[in-house]
Amino acid sequence: MKVEEILKTEQLNKSYENGLKVLNDITFSMKKGEVVVIIGPSGCGKSTFLRCLNMLEPVDSGTIRFKDRVIDRANKDVYELRQKIGMVFQSYDLFPHLTILDNIILAPIKVQKRERSEVAKEAEELLKRVGLSDKTNVYPRQLSGGQKQRVAIVRALMMHPEILLLDEITAALDPEMVREVLQVVLELAREGMTMVIVTHEMEFAKAVADRVLFMDQGIVVEEGSPEEFFNSPQTERAKQFLNMFHYEAR
Amino acid sequence: MQNLGIQILFQGNNFLRLWEGLWVSLKLAVISMSFSICLGMLFGMVMTSTNKLVRFFCRLYLETVRIMPQLVLLFLVYFGAAKHLNVNLSGGTAAVLVFTFWGTAEMGDLVRSALESIPVHQYQSGYALGFGKIGVYRHIIIPQTIRRLLPSMMNLLTRMVKTTSLVVLIGVIEVVKVGKQIIDASRYTVPDAALWVYGVIFIMYFAVCYPFSRAAALLDKKLRD
Repeated sequence: MKVEEILKTEQLNKSYENGLKVLNDITFSMKKGEVVVIIGPSGCGKSTFLRCLNMLEPVDSGTIRFKDRVIDRANKDVYELRQKIGMVFQSYDLFPHLTILDNIILAPIKVQKRERSEVAKEAEELLKRVGLSDKTNVYPRQLSGGQKQRVAIVRALMMHPEILLLDEITAALDPEMVREVLQVVLELAREGMTMVIVTHEMEFAKAVADRVLFMDQGIVVEEGSPEEFFNSPQTERAKQFLNMFHYEAR
Repeated sequence: MQNLGIQILFQGNNFLRLWEGLWVSLKLAVISMSFSICLGMLFGMVMTSTNKLVRFFCRLYLETVRIMPQLVLLFLVYFGAAKHLNVNLSGGTAAVLVFTFWGTAEMGDLVRSALESIPVHQYQSGYALGFGKIGVYRHIIIPQTIRRLLPSMMNLLTRMVKTTSLVVLIGVIEVVKVGKQIIDASRYTVPDAALWVYGVIFIMYFAVCYPFSRAAALLDKKLRD
């Protein structure tokens, strides 16, 4: 069976106003069902790259293709495409004025014009799956960080996206909450969700990734399977980076 | 029996007249505030523009309104319109115009700061869920902004109620003016009428404004939790 290419970028370039180049000729493609993990030092452009995939930020040049369609940021169908490319952020960003249930059914009802009863039913099922079925009617401020992030994942899933972009979703969490969130992501991966994940959790990256991209200074420096990358990184830069996570015993 | 000042309030329909006067003040304040809220919302959004020129003019408007005493504005509109534009505004219309002009600026600034206090990620989560710009504002940003605004909006309203006492000076008969008429009419029969009349007016203003400022304080506390 031929697996279809779902997302593709060609020579993406982006610079900030101060002339700093954040994305340098990034060409990338992924297949349906694939989980790609992007790692790299802070400021290497990985989050920017993710946000460009979702067109939350414009690129200076290059094309982004979703399936066979070239995404044009000026075009109206950006809004439609964003529904197919879900995104979860580091700071969860639930809507504080809405209950958990309303948070997750808002967009399906208002944007996709689906039936409230049908959406609410699906929401309850998903909340149950992430272990939060007793939280439907509370407000975000009453939840812990890990719980909020699980809700944020559910909120993105409710739109039935074909790709999920996860931008350092555990970076703001206490260590003991990281696992409950990553467990959800692992399950999604097992079910065949296509995902692009930016993370600093190396063990998680090893477990979840089909492919690892190592970025530095706006360039994809190295790319490979998690085994290849973590066990025998090819470039000096990647070796240095991975070494930062090792501590020698005294 | 010695004339007690307090009976001035019960002579004829004096007490009722005072309430009617207060009603005039309140009406001016509420009408102006309603306009100010609608226009201020728009003005507040315009104030968050990134265009430098737009920001400059917004700033200019706001500062002008803040620097100018409301009384001067009232005179300017009421007498100015009559003399130079040949438009004879009623005192009430002039007052609503001026208070709306003032209220819109103040309200706009409140809206601007409320909008700016909402994290940029709230917008981005909205966009990431497929909302357009209007949807993001309507379902995500404005509901949150209004919550943050309510306490300071109440304060503005009470300020406006109090400031309406200036309209006496352009001939609107409101509560202070009615009080003055009552005092003047009985200057010889009830010499200490002023104390009682102004005392009652003080209590009336308090009765109207206190619930608003109480509500503001409660909302403020509730929203902080």
